Amino acid sequence: MERKLLTYEEKDTWIDKLCGVTKLVFFLCWSVTSMMTYDTRILVLMLVLSLIIFKISRTRWDQVGSVFKFILLFLIINLLAIYLFSPAEGVKIYGTETVLAGSGRYALRAEQLFYEFNIMLKYFTVVPSIFIFIVTTNPSEFAASMNRVGISYKAGYSVAIALRYIPDIQADFRKIRNAQMARGIEMSKKGKLVDRIKSTTAIIFPLVFSSMGRIETISTAMELRSFGKHRKRTWYMARPLKRNDYLVIAISVLFMIVALTITYMDGSRFYNPFV
Amino acid sequence: MNEKAVIEFDNFTFKYRTQVDPTLHDINLKIYKGEKVLIVGPSGSGKSTLSNCINGLIPHIYTGEQQGDVRINGKSIRETSLFDLSCMVGTVLQDTDGQFIGLTVAEDIAFALENDCVAQDEMHARVDEIAGIVEVGKLLKSSPGELSGGQKQRVSMAGVMVRDVDILLFDEPLANLDPATGKRAISLIDRIHKQTDTTIVIIEHRLEDALFCDADRIILVEDGRISADMTPDELMSTDVLIRAGVREPLYVSALKAVGVELEPEDEAGQIDTLHVEKYADEVRGWYHKQPHVQTRAYGEEVLGISHLSFAYDQNVTVLEDVSLSVRQGEMMAIVGKNGAGKTTLSNLVCGFLTPDKGEIRLNGSDISGLSVKERGEHIGLVMQNPNQMISKAMIYDEVALGLQVRGVPEDEIKERVNKVLRICGLYPYRNWPISALSFGQKKRVTIAAILILEPEIMILDEPTAGQDYRHYTEIMEFVRDINKKAGTTLIMITHDMHLMLEYTNRAVVIADGHLLADSSPAAILTNDEISDKAYLKRTSLYDLSRACGIDDADGFTEAFIHYERAHSRG
Repeated sequence: MERKLLTYEEKDTWIDKLCGVTKLVFFLCWSVTSMMTYDTRILVLMLVLSLIIFKISRTRWDQVGSVFKFILLFLIINLLAIYLFSPAEGVKIYGTETVLAGSGRYALRAEQLFYEFNIMLKYFTVVPSIFIFIVTTNPSEFAASMNRVGISYKAGYSVAIALRYIPDIQADFRKIRNAQMARGIEMSKKGKLVDRIKSTTAIIFPLVFSSMGRIETISTAMELRSFGKHRKRTWYMARPLKRNDYLVIAISVLFMIVALTITYMDGSRFYNPFV
Repeated sequence: MNEKAVIEFDNFTFKYRTQVDPTLHDINLKIYKGEKVLIVGPSGSGKSTLSNCINGLIPHIYTGEQQGDVRINGKSIRETSLFDLSCMVGTVLQDTDGQFIGLTVAEDIAFALENDCVAQDEMHARVDEIAGIVEVGKLLKSSPGELSGGQKQRVSMAGVMVRDVDILLFDEPLANLDPATGKRAISLIDRIHKQTDTTIVIIEHRLEDALFCDADRIILVEDGRISADMTPDELMSTDVLIRAGVREPLYVSALKAVGVELEPEDEAGQIDTLHVEKYADEVRGWYHKQPHVQTRAYGEEVLGISHLSFAYDQNVTVLEDVSLSVRQGEMMAIVGKNGAGKTTLSNLVCGFLTPDKGEIRLNGSDISGLSVKERGEHIGLVMQNPNQMISKAMIYDEVALGLQVRGVPEDEIKERVNKVLRICGLYPYRNWPISALSFGQKKRVTIAAILILEPEIMILDEPTAGQDYRHYTEIMEFVRDINKKAGTTLIMITHDMHLMLEYTNRAVVIADGHLLADSSPAAILTNDEISDKAYLKRTSLYDLSRACGIDDADGFTEAFIHYERAHSRG
């Protein structure tokens, strides 16, 4: 059956009812805070909040699961790479050195572990908010909200169109894969990895061609209906900001200011438990 | 009729920038306000170019050299911007999926209004009004994926009508629709024409279906020139259509086969207006002289399906208790409206889906244990769109692919590829890049790529969709040749009633997941009840035979098809 990966789905929650622009503001504040701060207390608080919001938004695991696994893989690579290239980064940051095991360059240090733990926390605070933003924002409203925060509607619309075509391209992909499998090109897990990588070209080639055909049709259709005629346009789906929207925006901005103030109060953006 | 030309071609010649010769030569054409005009012509005749001039894609998007002028409402297309032209001419494109821009029906209808900066309240009111006219009012919140082909087309129509255009231009509106939905689309266009006094231009090669509602004029385009411009009644009394490679309505072909020379006064433009009484004796006489059609005997069962059921989840049953048996060497059609379960059936047979209940047998043994790849050696699937199958740049490589992945030795591959390319008439092109081929030739490449695996059964999904009469005949004669020479059993999933009548011996009708009928195509297309349920369209041969007092419409249809087959291959 069709899996709806990272696509908008209407759910009747209060998060759903917020304007796209509100969610965009929240998402931006949240990511900025998380990127700037290394204050573990704030990161832990943000992690807890993210999980609560994730729950409230009723985002289902099958909507985001496989993407999450992909990000997890990335996170592990990132953490290992930091250890590999700079195994004493934590010592530099926190100013103390507590060797837990081993010796020499790759000795395991408490400071390094703590530093990498913070990085992991950052991932886990930002990722749910990305997911929530994507699966609760109606793509057409998304374009409208991008436009409202000052981004050209053409840029916003191209993102919306891309989102609109995800299901179609997924359907094409399945059709093409089926037909190629029937010709004997192994795509299932039974085949060797090298063969499978080779055989994906048998899908990519036709997929790119059929997608290019789609792009031509859609741009003609848009042109014939005056897309890009004026510098501005109106939006059928635009929603006025309501009380909840103002509240969420205010809280998001406030949270960012407070969190960053606490972070920088002692002159460093790192929270140091070692002194 | 108001004598004001809304579309005016004045000694117009056009050459695309990328081409050597002009596509349109010295076109002179006037279309008046409130007219309904059909433009017909084979592929490559220039009819699409003609329509691109009307909506302004030429010269604003597709550039080239032009002489003479085209004026819309008196304004030259060169001096008017595409935006202004699109406020006068609304274009409904052929591809109903591709032109859907919005994420919901309402947004799609409102798209042009949004770009015109119409205020939100006004926009909502206007969308509701137009949605009512094309009867999609209840679907405003639906997404494109939830709509049927016919509904998508209605939304596309609403999306251009929302601006109060003077001219509605339809580019092959019937291409992707099942026959009954196509008929409804034509009626809707007719109703809009009568209610709003809009000028209607329809480009279509399925002439008989397009003429379901009367048109004022038919313009035949051939090699970039207008070779006929007359009323349907006049046109039917000539043979210009056949010479240009455009299919005449079946009842007209039948009358001509009988030897009748139609006059414009016979009003043969539509079967309902045709004065058939004066020819009834002749038709009857001809029918009684036809030899009785012998049905061919077929071999053993190659594919057996018993009590097959399938549901995507518990609530939505797609197929229920379908049983059928296909014999060796048959050419069979699977027909039914969009979404009836035809494609699901072929997906089950190929192993892309697993049935909930029932059995599929190949040469008598159950194939539930076979993988997709293993089934692929016996059952080949050719998809509708060749671009979705071709994965190599060169013809030879594409055809060889199936053998290469099976580890067949290189010299054997070469020998087999060359043999298949000869059968498919592609041998002279074997070292060509596929991108240099026409659509019909690409289709042949995909068929060749399947044929090389020597399947016993080949399933063709809409083999002729979007093809004009010449390409249709070319593809189908080719397919029939394969059936004869290689003995391959052919199952064709199709909307095309002509294909079913002319090229298959048997039709299986699927409606709402059930097997509704399994009989000869002529018997099915002369049966009202089945046609209605399966969204097919009764053939006009039925009406003709009835009007001539022949009770056995089925027999008459068979006799005519048989006669045509014998004569077309002369």
